[in-house]
Amino acid sequence: MRRVAIGGFGLTKFNKQDVSIESLMLSSIKALFDNSPNLTQKDVSVVLTSTNDNNKYLANIVSEIAGISPKISHSVESLCSSGANSVISAFSYVASGLAEVAVVVGAEKFDNPGLVLEWDKSRGQYKHPVYWSSMFTRSHMRKYGTTMEDLATVSAKNHKNAVANPFAYFDREYSVDEIMHSKNITQDVRVLDCSFPCNGSAAVLLASEDIIKKFTDCPVWITGVGQKTISAGFTKNEDLTTMKSIKHAANDAYTMSKKEPADIDVAEVHDAFSICEIMEVEDLGFAQKGRGNQFVKNLYETQDRKINPRGGLIGSGHPLGATGIAQIVEIAQQIQSKAGKRQINGARVGLVQNMSAAATSSTVLIFES
Amino acid sequence: MNQFENELKNGKFVCSECPKCNKLVWPPYDFCNTCFGNVIWRQVSRSGKLIEFSKKDDTLFCIAEFENSIRIMGELEIGLMRPMLGEELELVRCDYDGKEKFFFQLKQNSSKM
Repeated sequence: MRRVAIGGFGLTKFNKQDVSIESLMLSSIKALFDNSPNLTQKDVSVVLTSTNDNNKYLANIVSEIAGISPKISHSVESLCSSGANSVISAFSYVASGLAEVAVVVGAEKFDNPGLVLEWDKSRGQYKHPVYWSSMFTRSHMRKYGTTMEDLATVSAKNHKNAVANPFAYFDREYSVDEIMHSKNITQDVRVLDCSFPCNGSAAVLLASEDIIKKFTDCPVWITGVGQKTISAGFTKNEDLTTMKSIKHAANDAYTMSKKEPADIDVAEVHDAFSICEIMEVEDLGFAQKGRGNQFVKNLYETQDRKINPRGGLIGSGHPLGATGIAQIVEIAQQIQSKAGKRQINGARVGLVQNMSAAATSSTVLIFES
Repeated sequence: MNQFENELKNGKFVCSECPKCNKLVWPPYDFCNTCFGNVIWRQVSRSGKLIEFSKKDDTLFCIAEFENSIRIMGELEIGLMRPMLGEELELVRCDYDGKEKFFFQLKQNSSKM
């Protein structure tokens, strides 16, 4: 298997403007080409599109409007983790030798149809994600004493980080007090504990070790990948205080990269709701089980951006198909020391965790300089 | 509509069962998800237990478990009781109007009716 690296990226500001899905994708591909002076359309042999949009043949449409005639082009859809999964698909094409250079572009419109998994019979009349989030939250509170203030701290931290991200949907800080007093959707989840659907687009360039130096002097190597599906239905999560799919995916990614949680300098994790980040830092091994709340509180109080430096989903917005790719772009920028005000000093090893449908499936990638 | 949805619409909570593996197949489909053998359809016991609950406005919602196997979410009526995890409850109503709907009641309440 050949080594594969990220060699470039493109982002557009997350917003709620009325624009077509292919135009959104084209905008971040344009940004990718603008950022990659040595990249031409002829270099690209794979174009993958990541989205929950119902428009068909998007990878081919996007290829045509971007002037690319790839060997391989198709869409990848797996709800909220479409982005990270599409990058792993492209990684596989390049690592196996089927292709040299891949462009992966993710995009979503704010009114996308992927927000609610209508198929899931086990959720009954409670299909909206806020209800599974409530179940995780209540369970974690019951077992580990997590408080509403702990949840507000996650949101306050990520909104604060997002202020330094020029592509984020939100551009202001929210205090813990403001979040504590934001409207309750359920007993356990307030409006400001939620990530928001919005328009967004992100693109990355992947290339083999044989050609990557053409595009960048600072390749960001993908050294670990892990994916796991436990189920599609929410209630197959037997222990509501743990996101089991994350543990499986992280274990595979750590093993492949020969890294441990302590080696990770910076991480983007899937904070669809405040409780998610607390559970994720535990299940990724950054914090002891039941201590995720204290871990995040310490990050907030010390202004440590190690987790979700771009503002996570809560601060940046959550355009489903773009989210995983935007997370990867952030970690690539961090490792290349190009993250500006968000930069974690000396970041050499980074992790991305992206997941779908109440953590019924998860994807973890590890990156190195 | 499939058989599960049809029965639900008539107020019956049914599930597919594999006679060979002797297990309920959830979510309900036409073949066993262990051996791919044909399933039979049968009613699920309406007695279950409370796994987790929360509240939206004044209405409680919960995860309930039936026959130690199937977990579903629905509305929980508690009357004047204080719900406890693991407590027995009953499926008192179910429906389908394009979306599955389940309504539960704590056992102590339903026995008073």
